[in-house]
Amino acid sequence: MMDNLLGKKIGMTQIFDESGNMVPVTVIEAGPCVVTQLKTKETDGYNAIQVGFGQNKKLNKPMKGHLKESQARYLREFRNENTGGIQVGQEIKVEIFSPGDMLVISGITIGKGFAGNIKRHHHARGPMSHGSKSHRITGSIGAGTTPGRVFKGLSMPGRMGAVRASVKSIKVVRVDAEKNLLLVKGTVPGKKGNLVSIKRTQVAKLVAFDKQTEKKAEKKADKKAEAKA
Amino acid sequence: MSLIIQEIEKAQMKKEIPQFNVGDTVKVYSKIVEGGKERLHGFEGIVIKRQGGGSRETFTARKIFQGVGVERTFVLHSPRLEKIEVLRSGKVRRAKLYYLRERIGSQATKVEEGV
Repeated sequence: MMDNLLGKKIGMTQIFDESGNMVPVTVIEAGPCVVTQLKTKETDGYNAIQVGFGQNKKLNKPMKGHLKESQARYLREFRNENTGGIQVGQEIKVEIFSPGDMLVISGITIGKGFAGNIKRHHHARGPMSHGSKSHRITGSIGAGTTPGRVFKGLSMPGRMGAVRASVKSIKVVRVDAEKNLLLVKGTVPGKKGNLVSIKRTQVAKLVAFDKQTEKKAEKKADKKAEAKA
Repeated sequence: MSLIIQEIEKAQMKKEIPQFNVGDTVKVYSKIVEGGKERLHGFEGIVIKRQGGGSRETFTARKIFQGVGVERTFVLHSPRLEKIEVLRSGKVRRAKLYYLRERIGSQATKVEEGV
């Protein structure tokens, strides 16, 4: 089953749903993608599909050999257990998703450069006046002779952003197959024009889990009723 | 803004919207669901601001109800907005009429009549 797609973040807007509510959406130009390689347990030790997206005019010979006819610019790999029915060279389009589907969307977040503790770790700032000079400084990083060192993992200033991040449980609001557009509710990591990878979440598993808990609750209720009787 | 987003917004926009500006008195009919039934609800007031662009544009109407100032913000292109009636046009020198909030009594609803 096809669960994965690559896309380009276009930007955000608001649209009206059926009942007239305004929904904040991120517009993603998703696909068309090409399956460029299939990895199997026998040959690679795990099952995965490699997906290509975009157009690359300048391909070197090894890449041409790998991609065959397609000219994909970006290649990404997705773990996929049921690769049955998927062939190399097959095109994947947005139609694999439909409104209501839950997705996981990953991308590179906006880089903030060298950021202080207030922006990077949500520290509180010091007083801005009354003789205070500790406006946005880091503050104490530990005690003195005991322990005599700075603990590992202490929040300190440094590079912020420009790392891969995922947003889980993001809902598909609209699919435009003609224009290859995917509209999802809420925000997606990264700037406009960024490459994002889209994955369907295993909602089915969650449903099964819910059913189990429901059954347990029912059994409990039954037992209580019996005890009362 | 990208062309793609402009197109999406254009599709959301209503074609016929009466022309009205800040300072005008309007009556807005919006659909509300009450007890499973849908009915029209009218709100009459002075437009004190219009903000946002494209399909995201909103406007705020203000009225004095039982001595209390009431403001309501409507999404201009919302499908829940049935119609807008322009009752009176006003002549104002501000884009946002926040100064009406501080006014008391008959001054609070007084906007010079114009054009």
